Amino acid sequence: MAGPVSPHSELGRQRILAAWWFLAPMLVVLAAAAGWPLLKTIYFSFTDATLNNLSGAQWVGILNYYEWLDYGDGTGEAFGLLADEQWWAAVYNTVRFTLISVTLETLFGLVIALVLNAEFKGRGLVRAAVLVPWAIPTIVSAKMWAWMMHDQFGILNDMFLRLGLISAPIAWTASPDTAMVAVLIVDVWKTTPFMALLILAGLQLVPGDIYEAAKIDGVHPVKVFFKITLPLIRPAILVAVIFRALDAMRVFDLIYVLTPNNDRTRTMSVFAQENLFQFDKFAYGSAASTLLFVVIALMVILTIKLGRMDLEGNG
Amino acid sequence: MKTVKQILFYLLVVVIIVQAVFPFYYAIVTSFKSGTSLFQVNYWPTQFRFDNYVSVLTSGSFMRNVLNSLIVATTVVLISLFLAVTAAYALSRIPFRGRGLLLMTILSVSMFPQIAVLAGLFEMIRAAGLYNTLFALIFSYMIFTLPFTVWVLTTFMRDLPVEIEEAAIVDGASPWVIITRVFLPLLWPALVTTGLLAFIAAWNEFLFALTFVSNNDTRTVPVAIALLSGATEFEVPWGNIMAASVIVTVPLVVLVLIFQRKIVSGLTAGSVKG
Repeated sequence: MAGPVSPHSELGRQRILAAWWFLAPMLVVLAAAAGWPLLKTIYFSFTDATLNNLSGAQWVGILNYYEWLDYGDGTGEAFGLLADEQWWAAVYNTVRFTLISVTLETLFGLVIALVLNAEFKGRGLVRAAVLVPWAIPTIVSAKMWAWMMHDQFGILNDMFLRLGLISAPIAWTASPDTAMVAVLIVDVWKTTPFMALLILAGLQLVPGDIYEAAKIDGVHPVKVFFKITLPLIRPAILVAVIFRALDAMRVFDLIYVLTPNNDRTRTMSVFAQENLFQFDKFAYGSAASTLLFVVIALMVILTIKLGRMDLEGNG
Repeated sequence: MKTVKQILFYLLVVVIIVQAVFPFYYAIVTSFKSGTSLFQVNYWPTQFRFDNYVSVLTSGSFMRNVLNSLIVATTVVLISLFLAVTAAYALSRIPFRGRGLLLMTILSVSMFPQIAVLAGLFEMIRAAGLYNTLFALIFSYMIFTLPFTVWVLTTFMRDLPVEIEEAAIVDGASPWVIITRVFLPLLWPALVTTGLLAFIAAWNEFLFALTFVSNNDTRTVPVAIALLSGATEFEVPWGNIMAASVIVTVPLVVLVLIFQRKIVSGLTAGSVKG
């Protein structure tokens, strides 16, 4: 956008000055609430800080990340985050959770978006219903599903037993084999609506006459979908996938409440929080937070580069 | 053939509706049960008793927690909208060097993992003596509400025609007057949408609320529900948890359904338009 006033005129210079004054409060708050704490976290990851001794933290270098303890007899042992099996398990859990949940959410979201894009009686009702999971707080959804997945009194076991899908009740959230499945079910249920709405917005930008033309030419609907619709809504899907993936990488609430202390579902965020505030390994937890930040920052930079986002607004 | 297709389509529609609504429905059904019937699986409502609601609202500090959540979410919305309107005006209507970089930075902050600032914020909040206060939450929630409101309002204001501003500039109006007199009246729909989305985000936040507050009376609703416990460690008060869940969710669902069109447009403006 060029703006109604040339930036080189006297008035233009005044407006630019005003712009910075208008931006200042927002920038100060963001710097104080996000920038400074982030730098502090990174700093703590290079110290020996503990919960009760934050101000007296001493610089220890990369000890929290990696340390090789040489026993002097040719053997030794590696310590630190990068040598911590539990950390790598958390990385694996996070990646697995992100890949599976985002894939399922995209597929289901696409189906729901296509349904919502069709003309039929009761479309408003479907849209309203689909918004319900989105509106429910994550903690509440976790509790609602925890009750439905209860090993003794849960309705999910009852349903599956009646349908003959399982022969004995399952301890969905407690058993190591199903804990991740339980988390995935709740996450997919809760966030598919978001996916569906973003994809729907993309679908609604596809001009209707394309479909008309395809219909007249007698192109099979399945072919229309794969050859016309899908390529046209690919940008919308891509944006939705990236947003969801970034969100999934930092998942915390759901896992903390639904499957606490479970090795199979502990993600990077949960690992960091536990070390920071439960195990009194503040510096170690800071190191884990920092690594997660680096991973997500790389993803964001990649996204912005790939997406060539139009940030200047020069259409 | 056509009818078969239609039946299949409506079957799909029914499946979508049922899966979306069932967990909430089941929570409501459970919340009205009491005593031993709580532990019988029923697909339809069998009891209609308010025991759980009475117990949640009278014992403990749940009412206080609801009030805390309301205070925090409302304050966060007001502050971030105020800061965002002026910032969005500068970012969308005044061309200056570094605008693109600034917008990109703000967008990146909205994708920040909250855990990355947790340790630093914790130290800051303790040093400032804000630990266990609602101020700690109001301050920290700016991280996710501010970038989002700035981003959405900027995209919204960018699309308004140049002409509306021109007359005011010719008349010699200052930027502040332009914002309050020219843009604010046009911005109401966008403010309602972003405000509502920011409210929901603040209302639902868990990690900061769990970390910066340890006092029962200062907790917000999500933490209170997560930590709701029974008389013993092994006795989970499912009836109470469901009643509390219904209490905090019903207003939200009603709000979302009333404003559904606005919310859908706000959500998509926040991402697709980027």
